[in-house]
Amino acid sequence: MIEVKDLHKAFGTVKAVDGVSFKARDGEITGLLGPNGAGKTTTLRMLYTLMTPDRGQVLVDGIDASADALAVRRQLGVLPDARGLYKRLTARENIDYFARLHGLPEGELAARREALIQALEMEDIGDRRTEGFSQGQRVKTAIARALIHDPRNVILDEPTNGLDVMATRALRQFMQKLKAEGRCVLFSSHIMQEVAALCDRIVVIAHGRVVADESPQALREQTGENNLEDAFVKIIGSEEGLAA
Amino acid sequence: MNAVTAKAKRANAFLTVFLKEVKENLRDRRTLISAFLTGPLLAPMMFVMMINISLNRELDKAEQLLKVPVIGAEYAPNLVSALKAGGVLPQPAIANPELSVRKQEADVVLRIAEAYPKAWRKGEPVQVELIFDSSQRDTHTAVERVTKLVEGYARQQGAMRLVARGLSPGTAWPIGVAQRDQATAQSRAVLMFSMLPYFFVLTIFLGGMYLAIDLTAGERERQSLEPLFANPVPRWKILAGKLAAICTFSAASLLISLAAFGVVGRFIPTEKLGMEVNLGLHFATHVLLLMLPLIALLAALQSMVAAFAKSYREAQTYLSLLMFVPIVPSAILMMLPIKPQDWMYAVPLLGQHLGIMELLRGDGLHLYQLGLCLAGSLVTALLAVLVTAQLYRSERLAISA
Repeated sequence: MIEVKDLHKAFGTVKAVDGVSFKARDGEITGLLGPNGAGKTTTLRMLYTLMTPDRGQVLVDGIDASADALAVRRQLGVLPDARGLYKRLTARENIDYFARLHGLPEGELAARREALIQALEMEDIGDRRTEGFSQGQRVKTAIARALIHDPRNVILDEPTNGLDVMATRALRQFMQKLKAEGRCVLFSSHIMQEVAALCDRIVVIAHGRVVADESPQALREQTGENNLEDAFVKIIGSEEGLAA
Repeated sequence: MNAVTAKAKRANAFLTVFLKEVKENLRDRRTLISAFLTGPLLAPMMFVMMINISLNRELDKAEQLLKVPVIGAEYAPNLVSALKAGGVLPQPAIANPELSVRKQEADVVLRIAEAYPKAWRKGEPVQVELIFDSSQRDTHTAVERVTKLVEGYARQQGAMRLVARGLSPGTAWPIGVAQRDQATAQSRAVLMFSMLPYFFVLTIFLGGMYLAIDLTAGERERQSLEPLFANPVPRWKILAGKLAAICTFSAASLLISLAAFGVVGRFIPTEKLGMEVNLGLHFATHVLLLMLPLIALLAALQSMVAAFAKSYREAQTYLSLLMFVPIVPSAILMMLPIKPQDWMYAVPLLGQHLGIMELLRGDGLHLYQLGLCLAGSLVTALLAVLVTAQLYRSERLAISA
């Protein structure tokens, strides 16, 4: 369970995140939806303690990120916006590196890694150096190394960015699997259909603020639009109107 | 998550980072060539070349026959035979000596005037001309040699004239200079080897350079720093692992270089130059000891500078500028021969320079000098590491552009 209370973060005079609060529950997929530059990535970066909020609180499984950042990171599996791999290491070595940094017991390491490789269908690339990997192969490797320590909470920053249709489908199924295992899955996206197809709950962010926090059904009812995309446009649009 | 397995064997984060960096960089050909081939072997090779050049020059001076075109040789046969005796091989006269020295067809041309025999018989002073172009390569040795021979001949003839007139030759030369050189065979070598400390520093620098760039700028450019920092490991541990990897590579570089010098040292015919150089085990172990804190200092400095760069290329540019900083103490000491003071040993780089020179001179290094040098460099290295760690904690560092 991830809980965010009144987060603020400014870069100079730009308020990137301006009072964001929401909850992402276990056994649910929560979508962080918003246009480019809305503050999604900055919000997530504060969640996985890469950045310190100017104000507000982050709680992961009840642990305060400002009090014990390392404990929070232990509870999280993170696929950041930047998913650079070590190109001179194989996919397996990339995964093992993060496993050891997580302090995974050496005895469990191999079993855990192979289970993920199987679940992500990446047996064919496991022993290849990651240099020259396709976007899809890179994302798979990055997800495997993010989940190697079996985290309760999974944060994915625009996971389907740059993936083709097949890879996107596979990734969505994988996220459903994570949900079925009772994990708390939080992901960001700017693609409406994706959020609609996956999420139990949608948090819409625009201009660094939460403008809606509903189930897809409630979102449709609230805006009076049958189509989620229209609902999305309506929410963002009216917010822009307010800001002007 | 599992409390039962809490006692199971878990990897240490520092060691994990260190081993991964070493493994990854051992797979990079550019790093390998720089750390284990060009970096450490450049200096020994340059030394062999430098020593060969000076050796040839010495031989030129002493043993080789010097070919000098002589104009009007027929006017002064005795002078010409004196030159021959001094190792000069007179060549036939040439039409335009001024032009031919400028065109480097001859280093130096001797011209004896037609009036020479007449003046000689009368016992009057007479001139001979040496035509050369001092802006051309290496005429200095040849000119000096011919001048000395002519002057020697003149002095000899002058003395004979004085004797013929019943005077002591001493009246014409009331003062004689006797040169007594106190240089030992070892200390003579010091002059030539004064660049050696810088080469060692350079070797360390090149050995760790690519790793240092990779540490920050490289990780950031390939966007792997952010996922790395999402792991439950304090950043200083990650930094420590990476610094250790840099130090390992630069230390290996230095070891290879010292070994190469040890081998090369046996084949340098330094005795021919009247020098004695011992680059053996005693020298190597002391240099290694002196350089240890410098390895850490340079690793931290390189990482610090690379952290400011946005990209790999930028970091490379910054670091190649930083490379010229260690040359400063060596250059200053070469140009201004300051008498070494004890406090200088505590200054990083300067202390190492003095220490290595002292070792080369064969005087041996005092224990307190060694201690000062190690302590001074170690404290500076520690400071540099702390500053780098502070820099590494910054929020901006992790964010890829």
